[in-house]
Amino acid sequence: MEFTRKDILGLRDMSREEILAILDTAKPCKQIFSRSVKKLPTMRGRVVVNLFYEPSTRTRASFEMAGKWMSADVLNFSVSTSSVTKGESFTDTALTMQALGADIIVIRHQSAGAPHLLARTTQARVINAGDGIHEHPSQALLDLFTIRERKGTIEGLTVTIVGDILHSRVARSNIWGLQKLGAKVRVAGPATLIPPGLDQLGVEVYTDLDAALDGADVVNVLRIQLERQKPGLFPSLREYQRLFGITRERLQRVARPDVLILHPGPANLGVEITPEVMEDPRCAVREQVSNGVAVRMAMLYLLSGGQGDALTH
Amino acid sequence: MSFVEKAVLINEPGVSRALTRIAHQIIEANQGVDRLCLVGIRTRGVPLAKRLGAEIERIEQTAVPVGILDITLYRDDVATRSNQPIVRETNIPFAIDGKTVVLVDDVLYTGRTVRAAMDALMDLGRPARIQLAVMVDRGHRELPIRADFVGKNVPTSRLEEVVVRLREIDGEDRVVLIERQSP
Repeated sequence: MEFTRKDILGLRDMSREEILAILDTAKPCKQIFSRSVKKLPTMRGRVVVNLFYEPSTRTRASFEMAGKWMSADVLNFSVSTSSVTKGESFTDTALTMQALGADIIVIRHQSAGAPHLLARTTQARVINAGDGIHEHPSQALLDLFTIRERKGTIEGLTVTIVGDILHSRVARSNIWGLQKLGAKVRVAGPATLIPPGLDQLGVEVYTDLDAALDGADVVNVLRIQLERQKPGLFPSLREYQRLFGITRERLQRVARPDVLILHPGPANLGVEITPEVMEDPRCAVREQVSNGVAVRMAMLYLLSGGQGDALTH
Repeated sequence: MSFVEKAVLINEPGVSRALTRIAHQIIEANQGVDRLCLVGIRTRGVPLAKRLGAEIERIEQTAVPVGILDITLYRDDVATRSNQPIVRETNIPFAIDGKTVVLVDDVLYTGRTVRAAMDALMDLGRPARIQLAVMVDRGHRELPIRADFVGKNVPTSRLEEVVVRLREIDGEDRVVLIERQSP
């Protein structure tokens, strides 16, 4: 199949085929890690702009690496150092990026829907790198890629997402992506951190982590996002750790011996996950980082075309 | 747009005869198979390279390494196409430094695929030399590239298309000439 979408804004409105196209393309992109020359000529002359209204280390670095390995010129704008602090409007900033020759804009914004607005206002192609508590497609795609790589398939697996589901764009994108690829999704967390209506999406909701882990093939452990939360959603980090922390002891007691553990990072060590579990061979956090570059290379490549087809052999 | 089959250029025994001849020519041109390897360009160069490898092994009693090359990320039309084909894996599980690499493809046309393949190979190592084997050379080169080993030279018009069908992919061995018809 061919990929014909202008922008990648979320997994909710993507088809199963489109998701698989990105995952299939990411697989050969990952081969660059084992090469001595980590450079492909694919995006020569293309300009990728990272426009980040929220702090980020790995997502931004990962998109930057992905663009550079494919020979694109990558510009990084973070809001703290840009004209936005002088009061430039969102749309003006976007049009400035377009005037600078941006072919692809990778945007992270604290407001849900900002990437969609950007996609409508510029001719540049837009990739959502996280919008509020809405979607984070590149993270979900790299999670899907990692599951597929470790487990061979996603169809028929049971995946448990643990933690702050309410504030998590990673959870939302994962739920849509996993369901489209045929996985059964469970979520587990304090009742205050689970949005109402999830069961209508076909998601099984648990407030008891042991029950949610029973028989699960994959556990995706979310970060407790202290910066997004209002106080009072759960009594203390210590209690959270006791009820919802992923520990080696808990895994031994209730999880399948071959359970795969994912964490989008950065982890609050000793809160949602213990350092021993992070180092456990069943935990794929380091692979997730390199898979992230491969998936983002695939996303950039699939959006790097222009108008009109030039057919050659 | 529809396509009409105009002629069969090579029939089934013709395909295997051409491969046997090319295998002999590769061995002769390189005075044996020392430091020789074959790399098939996806998609239909791959089964052709495997068959050439088996044929060379049968003649010389020495196995020749065969690799797979995907050139999608090296194409020169990425920026001008509005949609992108899916990339597939390259699998060359041997070092190509100092080797003679025979690139194998089904049809040689503009030469752009071969240009991309050579660039991709150079990023993987430094071969001593690169040679090119194709089942059909249909002319219309846009780059200064020529094949070292050719199954059949076929003069064509740009409205025509040469389709190489191979049993591993298409269930039959046959090379046909088809013509695009505007509706």
